[in-house]
Amino acid sequence: MNQNSSFVEFRNVQKSYDGKTLVVKDFNLSITRGEFVTMLGPSGSGKTTCLMMLAGFETATYGDILLDGQPINKVPPQKRGIGMVFQNYALFPHMTVAENLAFPLEVRKLGRNVIKQKIGNALEMVELGELANRRPAQLSGGQKQRVALARALVFEPKLVLMDEPLGALDKNLREQMQYEIKRIHENLGVTMVYVTHDQSEALTMSDRIAVFNDGIVQQLASPATLYEEPENAFVASFIGENNRFSGTVKSLDSDRCIVTLDDDDCNIRALPINITGHGSRAILSLRPERVVIDPEEGSLPNIFKVRAEGVTYLGDHIRCSVNFGQRHQFIIKIPNSEQHPVLKPGSDFRIGWAGRDCRAFNA
Amino acid sequence: MRKLIRFTSVMALGLSCTISIASAAERITVVSFGGAYTNAQKKGSHEPFMEKTGVQILSEDYNGGLGKLRAQVESGSVTWDVVDLETSDVIRACDEGLIDTIDVNDLEPGTDGSAAADDFMPTAVKKCGIGAIVWSTVFAYDKTKLATAPHSIADFFDTNKYPGKRGMKRSPKVNLEMALMADGVAATDVYKVLSTPEGQTRAFNKLAQIKDQLVWWKSGAQAPQLLADGEVVMTTAYNGRIYNAVKNESKSFVIVWDGQVMDIDYWAIPAGAPNKARAQEFLVFATAPEQLARQSKFISYGPPRKTAAAMVDESMKKHIPTAPVNLTNALAADAEFWADYEDELNERFTAWLAN
Amino acid sequence: MNEMVARTDTLNTLTADAREFEGKALRAQLARSTRLEKAKALLLVLPLLLFIGVMFIFPLADMMLRSTDNGPVAELMPDTAARLLDWDQFTLPDEATYAALARDIQTAQKERTLGKIATRLNFELSGIRSLLTKSARKLAQMESSDESWKQRLVQIDQRWGELATWSAIKRVLPSVTATFYLSSLDLAYDAKGEVVRKPPERAIYVDNFIKTFAISLGVTLSCFILGFPVAYLLSVLPTAKANLLMICVLLPFWTSLLVRTTSWIALLQTHGIVNDLLVWLGILSEGNRLDMMYNMFGTVVAMTHILLPFMILPLFSVMKSIDPSFMRAATSLGASPFTAFIRVYLPQTKPGIAAGSLLVFILAIGYYITPALVGGRTGQMISNFIAYHMQQSLNWGLAAALAVILLIIVLILYWLFNRIIGIDKLKLG
Repeated sequence: MNQNSSFVEFRNVQKSYDGKTLVVKDFNLSITRGEFVTMLGPSGSGKTTCLMMLAGFETATYGDILLDGQPINKVPPQKRGIGMVFQNYALFPHMTVAENLAFPLEVRKLGRNVIKQKIGNALEMVELGELANRRPAQLSGGQKQRVALARALVFEPKLVLMDEPLGALDKNLREQMQYEIKRIHENLGVTMVYVTHDQSEALTMSDRIAVFNDGIVQQLASPATLYEEPENAFVASFIGENNRFSGTVKSLDSDRCIVTLDDDDCNIRALPINITGHGSRAILSLRPERVVIDPEEGSLPNIFKVRAEGVTYLGDHIRCSVNFGQRHQFIIKIPNSEQHPVLKPGSDFRIGWAGRDCRAFNA
Repeated sequence: MRKLIRFTSVMALGLSCTISIASAAERITVVSFGGAYTNAQKKGSHEPFMEKTGVQILSEDYNGGLGKLRAQVESGSVTWDVVDLETSDVIRACDEGLIDTIDVNDLEPGTDGSAAADDFMPTAVKKCGIGAIVWSTVFAYDKTKLATAPHSIADFFDTNKYPGKRGMKRSPKVNLEMALMADGVAATDVYKVLSTPEGQTRAFNKLAQIKDQLVWWKSGAQAPQLLADGEVVMTTAYNGRIYNAVKNESKSFVIVWDGQVMDIDYWAIPAGAPNKARAQEFLVFATAPEQLARQSKFISYGPPRKTAAAMVDESMKKHIPTAPVNLTNALAADAEFWADYEDELNERFTAWLAN
Repeated sequence: MNEMVARTDTLNTLTADAREFEGKALRAQLARSTRLEKAKALLLVLPLLLFIGVMFIFPLADMMLRSTDNGPVAELMPDTAARLLDWDQFTLPDEATYAALARDIQTAQKERTLGKIATRLNFELSGIRSLLTKSARKLAQMESSDESWKQRLVQIDQRWGELATWSAIKRVLPSVTATFYLSSLDLAYDAKGEVVRKPPERAIYVDNFIKTFAISLGVTLSCFILGFPVAYLLSVLPTAKANLLMICVLLPFWTSLLVRTTSWIALLQTHGIVNDLLVWLGILSEGNRLDMMYNMFGTVVAMTHILLPFMILPLFSVMKSIDPSFMRAATSLGASPFTAFIRVYLPQTKPGIAAGSLLVFILAIGYYITPALVGGRTGQMISNFIAYHMQQSLNWGLAAALAVILLIIVLILYWLFNRIIGIDKLKLG
């Protein structure tokens, strides 16, 4: 099989539970071998449904799902050979860790020695060798997570699905596990499809991210592209923090537009992404860290006078909300470096940003 | 140890008794077998007695046996004033001191002025009980379901000639007597034969011939029900129950009087009855000829005294066990025999049934 | 040096004492501070404790005492009892004993206590009742003569010349007896006072205990087979439908036991609905109607129906708590739905199966009304014999012994259950 052709493919997949509304509308996705793809979106966006269709627990109402070039719509889940990690781990409570790991190998009728060896390797991989005879109830959350991971991998599937696997863990553990999963992914080279609603998790781990909303993939791209170059207002607002304004397009070029804000006649120069034309409504999106403080007069197309309202010290950076124009609340992030100016609530200063940093979307 | 047993029994039973007799002003509790029989007793005796004396009668039903009576007497908290007992139970209860003795001279004389002792059938006057009815266990069939009518007790045991299931009371009493009569023993010899081990075995063997075809009933109402449901083609039953089913429910049941086993039920007064004087009064009243005759209007059980029997309605006369036409091959149950042998024959019967 | 060691030792003991003293003081303080709480708690449960004491503990103790209580014969036959005290049991008693017996029988007849003596003795040796009443009658008629009492009594009935009769009387004299337990196990004393098996035609209880066990097992098994799929369906159905089904499951609880049992009679009897239907359909011929009522089959069917909810409810509560993702996980790991069910789902329902089975079995083993109504001859259980001895034969000692044995069996089962499954795992709903 050609390495470059897609390993998993969704073709025009639709899903409806009640026959009236579509939970997934025309879903298309192509994943290459060894890739780490995340489906990201708010709850109810259809991402978990897509994962379940891939695993075989839900059937697509319309469209095809292909694995390794073969349509698998009619293949039962146990014949798909896909590893899966569940949100609540789904470790069998009446079996020990070793028995849990042995389960997929035993149903595949492997020899006892092979099983023993594979269990050993899998436990070593997740660094839990000494817990083989514990029961799930005796494990901590992180340990359960590792066992679930090991169990999904022990029978060496080519594809591993994970449904919000880190949701139940606290923040530190979650970050640690993110790197662990990433490390294992890189070491084993398996294809992974990961579902989460946590954008930072998605950004940290994925090769590519499919942002879901309302049953549709809003954008499928690498983390950097998603963050830097969101293709629509939903992606821009869902990924990372941003300042949003709405207004009307006053002038439009191929790489430049001017938008007049609704509340005051302030004109902002921005990069048009999917603006339809002159006079249409637009939403502007600007990342807080792209705002320059006290710019040289004329060095940037957008320069405004603002007054600081609240200043929050966050260690590695300082977060400042400022009042801009009549009532536009504006967030600025300033790295905590020696050069940063002293910001105090009530002080007046100027801010500015480049036109290409402010993205204009069709509203 | 025995003291502790008594103490706990008093604790448990005393509790229920204080609740039940709390409001007893002038009231007696009369206990009998329920159903059509108790209704006849109510019309015959209870209601006239209440009218005459103003004493309230609380009628309670039970299923026979001495279990409840013994529990009450042993714990010293008796709630029954008068109880209707079967013959062998009267004798046993009397032997064990569970019921009080009754002087036959206290009873009402016959309507012709004869003394009660002469007016009653000799077997109807016991040391501790006075006869209330003569009843009988007979066998009956549904004439719409049997092609040829059975005539004798031997037919009941003949499953070749009359195939189908039989109903019998779950008790050795009556069944063993019927078995012997069906086996050719004359009615007068039945108890002589049954007192010997060989005779007992003979009776059980006769029963065993139809063991697989037998359906056992316990309460009197079950027997006509089995017949009505078609569960059995013939069943032994109390004659009053069959009479009732024919008269009130228009069933086409027929009684076969051949081989009937007659018995007497007695009124008795438990030792330590709460209203002994009134209980005594009721017993004398209920065994008077007028009441016994009135009672027989409502159920086909006969009065156990001559002057009362003479007053029975013409229409009812042929339905009672003591009618001459019904006595061609009849057996009067021997109470003494059963008082003596009941335990061992019961034990043997229970084992026979279970094995 | 030594002195130093000794001193530190003393010091150590001193501080240890002080610590212990402090500990004691603390405990006392704790006890004082919680006394009021304990008193309040006790007050709350007092009515229940009293209720249990009067209605459960006392009757239970009474039952146990009764099962070994030898009855009043020793008091009612004082002379014979005194004479028989030193009797060797190998030869017939002496003339004085015969005389004492005749005296005692005559007194008992007058006092109307002979019935009690006869009743108790008849439990020991079948037939003594008739022997005693016969002897009492004959003794009353007998005129004084020169013959010895022994001759006279043996003349009345030769059984007075048998060792078995006398050893039976001797056995009912001590205050405690094992007779009732022996009877419960189909054992009896022979003439020499040795324990022997009862002849097979009189041995009924051991077989019946086994039968009771078998019926209870059968009922438990049928409840499991019928209840498991229902409980599973209940646990996966959407709430509205599950509630409706739950009502159907609980319906038996809300109808009278007698009504339900009678309905089964109407259904299963020879001319009942099921047989009629089978005949009408031509599956059975008129002469070959099935016997489904008044036997063991009828008992098992009716009891299964009545006890089914006790199996379904614990199973349901356990199944409800099993996350559906376990089955998904199992299939995603390569197991077929069947393997996943057997290896992943079923083991997790174990606490429910255990609780339901224990509940049904223990309820079934003591069942009384249903077998009494529909059991006929072959479907009778041990409780029916207990009831029989309570109400009919009045052999309360035997009834108590049978009941105690039943109680012990249930306790052993409970203990086994606790050993194997663990009572803390029990989940009743």
